[in-house]
Amino acid sequence: MKELSLNILDVTENSVSAGAKNILISLIEDEKGILTLTIKDNGCGMTPEVVKSVIDPFYTTRTTRKVGLGIPLLKLAAEQTGGSINIESEVGTGTTVTATFDTKSIDFTPIGDMTSTLVTLIMGAPDIDFEYIHQKPGVEVTLSTLQLREVLGDVSLGMPEVLEWIREYLTEQYNNFGGTN
Amino acid sequence: MKSLAELAAIRDKMKDKVAIRDSESGTRIVVGMATCGIAAGARPVLAAFVEEVANAGLNDAITVTQTGCIGICQYEPVVEVFEAGKEKVTYVKMTPDKAKRVFAEHIQKGNIVTEYTMGN
Repeated sequence: MKELSLNILDVTENSVSAGAKNILISLIEDEKGILTLTIKDNGCGMTPEVVKSVIDPFYTTRTTRKVGLGIPLLKLAAEQTGGSINIESEVGTGTTVTATFDTKSIDFTPIGDMTSTLVTLIMGAPDIDFEYIHQKPGVEVTLSTLQLREVLGDVSLGMPEVLEWIREYLTEQYNNFGGTN
Repeated sequence: MKSLAELAAIRDKMKDKVAIRDSESGTRIVVGMATCGIAAGARPVLAAFVEEVANAGLNDAITVTQTGCIGICQYEPVVEVFEAGKEKVTYVKMTPDKAKRVFAEHIQKGNIVTEYTMGN
């Protein structure tokens, strides 16, 4: 993957498939340049055996084929910077994927276009509530679809006009964020 | 700065349109967005179609949606076009520029861009 935001899009699709109602995506960069990514959902969760196997590139939930690369690719992106990945999951409760990255590493994949990732996710699953936060010292970008839903009432978040508003809303925040690595 | 008041105005404008969009009669553009599609560049292809549809003022007539792995990963990004009463058209190895051309020639004028379809 050319951008970390593409890994995030891909791995978050797993939370969508897991039937989650709420998905939190957070990117926290500290003063030392360590980036922590968290993707937390309240989907169906996994047994400990399945958690162990999703790290394996030859595991997938798809029935058409027996290869799944989403988590292995994220693991690779984290480990090549000296970081790591952790998956905590409980059946019936949900799954939390945490990955750490050293943004100073030459092998750090740029975060890239998180705005497009979020708009794509909301477009694909407009009934899910997404909570997003991207923070680095002194500045942050946030989005809460729950808050938008309160304004929208019966109008779907998936409407092209609404998605365009969300795109502009995030773009404005990122303009004040000072670039994303 | 984008405000929630602006979003409320969009809501008021959209309320009446909801019923129209629920109809299945329109054209559907489906972009494969599994790991294979995403890695091959499907996200900007999806965005290009969304933008073209909006720019043409066709949000009511055309829906752009996402799907999982179609099973032909080596041809990703893959785009399928469904039109009422017509056979499905599958475009392969798409880019945002190709998406713009497919929109202008196929979606708007009805001429399938055969050089981007499967088997070419």
